[in-house]
Amino acid sequence: MSQITPVFKREFLGYFRSPVAYVFLVVFLVASVGLAFFVGQFFRANQASLESYFVFHPWLFLFLIPAVGMRLWSEEKRSGTIELLFTLPLTTLEAVLGKFLAAWTFLALAILLSFPMAITVGYLGQPDWGVIASGYLGSILMAGAYLGVCSLTSALTKNQVVSFVLSVLACLVLVFLGWSVFNSALSAVLPVWAVDLVANFSFVTHFDSFTKGIIDPKDVAFFLSLTGFTLFLNVVALER
Amino acid sequence: MIEVKGLVKNYGSKRAVDNVSFTVNRGDILGFLGPNGAGKSTTMKMLTGFLRPTAGTALVNGHDVTRDPVAVKRQLGYLPESAPAYGEMTVAEFLAFIAETRGYRARSEKLARVNRALDLTQLQSVRTQTIETLSKGYKQRVGFAQALLHDPAVLVLDEPTDGLDPNQKNEVRTLIKKMAAEKAVVLSTHILEEVEALCTRVIIISQGKVVADETPEALHARQPGARLDSIFRSLTQSDR
Ligand SMILES: Nc1ncnc2c1ncn2[C@@H]1O[C@H](COP(=O)(O)OP(=O)(O)OP(=O)(O)O)[C@@H](O)[C@H]1O
Ligand SMILES: [Mg+2]
Repeated sequence: MSQITPVFKREFLGYFRSPVAYVFLVVFLVASVGLAFFVGQFFRANQASLESYFVFHPWLFLFLIPAVGMRLWSEEKRSGTIELLFTLPLTTLEAVLGKFLAAWTFLALAILLSFPMAITVGYLGQPDWGVIASGYLGSILMAGAYLGVCSLTSALTKNQVVSFVLSVLACLVLVFLGWSVFNSALSAVLPVWAVDLVANFSFVTHFDSFTKGIIDPKDVAFFLSLTGFTLFLNVVALER
Repeated sequence: MIEVKGLVKNYGSKRAVDNVSFTVNRGDILGFLGPNGAGKSTTMKMLTGFLRPTAGTALVNGHDVTRDPVAVKRQLGYLPESAPAYGEMTVAEFLAFIAETRGYRARSEKLARVNRALDLTQLQSVRTQTIETLSKGYKQRVGFAQALLHDPAVLVLDEPTDGLDPNQKNEVRTLIKKMAAEKAVVLSTHILEEVEALCTRVIIISQGKVVADETPEALHARQPGARLDSIFRSLTQSDR
């Protein structure tokens, strides 16, 4: 497993070797903070919390994480470097984990860059820091699950556009399953237990409690096992 | 040192490599010849553990590539066709990444390895240039440097002199010759003079099958007085 380190390092530093990383960080920050201020009415709500910031994350991630994840394997396939990578002495699992962890760290960095907002909230009022911390934790865990899906879809094609579209579609399904509008429509035709079951596979359902300061082991397990499962499929897809 | 046993590769219903077997000993330089699409690169990809063979296997220093690919990859230096590399990295960064995955983690050791590879391939002048801005011949040399970096016992080179100027071609041939004494080398080429100048053995492959496996002298003796290219033509044209 020590072979993860060089792969991680190359991938992570790779983001900063091109303008892509800086563009992404700025877009992410502007979009997430902008939504919180203008749509989430961060100030008008008159609450010392970041709920209006976190609440948009499932929707924001829907587009921004495929943008990061789409190149993960597609680019290696297109440029032929995959042949180089997989004739170096490392296993497919080590390569998958190294690249995934690098992208995840990068996303965590993007999420944590909003920390000045938390400081502002702390300056203006008396927020519950536990709730803020659990929001960040939930957001980073959810980003991991999104990224797992995107890493998998990017391993299926050498075309980044195809990879992006596949990722968005797959994530869209996982978000929609728990969207309240969709669920109430569904409850008209399905019994309650069936609706709950469907909603149970959604990012939104599991993310909500984090934004309220509840760290439920079931939610943590959901995100981690979804991440693990997609990475497993990722290895299978590459070894095919 | 290399023992290829009955390698077969099917792409769908098409058989790209059909029951190819050969052995290469220490000190041998094996020239792999054949028309475009004959299956040279595919054979090399299976030998280096990048592609899974449909049938058959290859042993490198006693390690079976289908059972223990990582052990094989440790022994092996491989230059893939058209020398893929991470374009956004500088030459030195890229070779440092290769050194790390090859197990040279200590700073001084890593630097020594990178410098040695840069010296051997005469790349010191471009060490801080990003790979995507290099000319084709220089990119090819980066690929060669990457394959040599850990001084492997077995070298697999897919068209190593492709895109090099006449001086560099000579340089690379001299280098391969110099190193060959304690290595087993397999190289593919379309330059017949290269085979005469360099190789101790020639394999001609046509439509996935081996049609000749002998010394360059024996190949000449097939049609005394004829040029090598007319012998090549008569061996590979029959199955058009
Ligand atoms: N991924 C693939 N899918 C389908 N067919 C493939 C694939 N890769 C190679 N082939 C086919 O396998 C055959 C052998 O290809 P290969 O690249 O090994 O030829 P080659 O001898 O290296 O040729 P060249 O001299 O042009 O480099 C070709 O007919 C090629 O079209
Ligand atoms: Mg080829």
